[in-house]
Amino acid sequence: MKLKSIWDLANPTRFLGLVNAVLPWLAGITALTFIAGLYMTFFVAPADYQQGETVRIMYIHVPAAWLAMLTYSVMTASSIGSLVWRHPLADVSVKAAAPIGAAFTLLALITGSLWGKPMWGAWWVWDARLTSFLVLFIMYLGLMALQSTIEEPGRAARAVAILTLVGFVNIPIIKFSVDWWNTLHQPASVFRADGPTIHPTLLWPLLVMAIAFSLLFLTLHLAAMRNEILRRRIRTLRLMQASGETGTAATPAAQEA
Amino acid sequence: MSGPFTALFLREVRLAVRVGGGALMGVLFFLIVVTVIPFGIGPDLNLLNRIGPAILWIGALLATLLALDRLFQADREDGSLDLLLMGGHPLELVVVVKCLAHWAATGLPLVIATPILSIFVNLEPIQIGAVVATLLVGTPALTFIGAIGAALTVTLRRGGLLLAILVLPSTIPVLIFGVSAANAAVSEPMPFMTPFLYLAAVSLISTVIGPVAAAAALRSGQD
Repeated sequence: MKLKSIWDLANPTRFLGLVNAVLPWLAGITALTFIAGLYMTFFVAPADYQQGETVRIMYIHVPAAWLAMLTYSVMTASSIGSLVWRHPLADVSVKAAAPIGAAFTLLALITGSLWGKPMWGAWWVWDARLTSFLVLFIMYLGLMALQSTIEEPGRAARAVAILTLVGFVNIPIIKFSVDWWNTLHQPASVFRADGPTIHPTLLWPLLVMAIAFSLLFLTLHLAAMRNEILRRRIRTLRLMQASGETGTAATPAAQEA
Repeated sequence: MSGPFTALFLREVRLAVRVGGGALMGVLFFLIVVTVIPFGIGPDLNLLNRIGPAILWIGALLATLLALDRLFQADREDGSLDLLLMGGHPLELVVVVKCLAHWAATGLPLVIATPILSIFVNLEPIQIGAVVATLLVGTPALTFIGAIGAALTVTLRRGGLLLAILVLPSTIPVLIFGVSAANAAVSEPMPFMTPFLYLAAVSLISTVIGPVAAAAALRSGQD
């Protein structure tokens, strides 16, 4: 398979070819990174002098939260691609990313809650960061609900893309909620203008886990996109078959993916 | 406002207040929500006074949501939405006019009814003034944000519940600033104007984002 430019990937068949070639390797690298990251999390990283062993929850919680926001950003970029260029792969990308993002958000909420009980003394507090993250979770579910309610894939994709763009307002709110309000949740300690304030022995396992989570997202997203393309092809084949059997000249929605 | 938009505004308001328009249903629903809550939490007047602004705000939010699914649905059913889309006027402005008319028919009655309902939750006159002012500034934001959901779900047969799911998360900032401004009117150290101006800012932003997104959704929903 020869790719002349990145735009050749716009062709779903070429995209499928690339995904099929890349996916096993990507899955393998993801697994290896996770093994390394989890080993560092549980055996290399020291326990915190105040938090004890519960500090290890951070290595799951923080990457999951980053990826939850990154997934929404990917969906936003894809939505622009979907609305501006009517790109079929962008539609597929938005649809495939939503459940993954919802899962990362839920993971961040659950691990945060497990950490909050021993540290703050409550499973949940109505703090700006927690609340805006819960809103992100609800928005993911709302996008999935909207997607599943509209039958025709093209129209569903445009509706979801519009709602995704509107919902992007929430992402800066999540990011800066710890700066704008006095929150119980601690402010950023890795991505700061004056460099990370977290100790290197804690930072390295966190970064490895962040890479592992990013690779996991990439693997799952590509696999979900491949499945969605195949699902649409089956739908198109069924429509063609149905219209063929009844003998009508109804044109199926053949252009999708 | 030029001729066609005035005509559209008047048409919307007339349709809303006539039989079947359901404009006053929202006020009735508002009354019932505010009546039901004291049954749930008990008739403690001090407690009701403390959470009264929040009760009124949530009641107004739910009442606004209830009326929203008619914003474009009725026009789609009788085909006038197609005429509006083909009419040659910018669809964004058409949506703005429709939202303003919808707010005048459903949101404004809620604001007018608020002083009476405030008595049920034992509010002081200054609190009543604060709640009315915040609702007057905040309910247009609810309508404009809700227009996005109404436009997205207009093609669905049973879009009402989905509309609430889609719209409610986006209305949380309005609720937060509205209630905190209403509460700040009586609690001494908190300034009233800070959250109130934020509320006004959210309203103005939603006046821009809402119609643009709703118009895009209406266009994309066409066959």
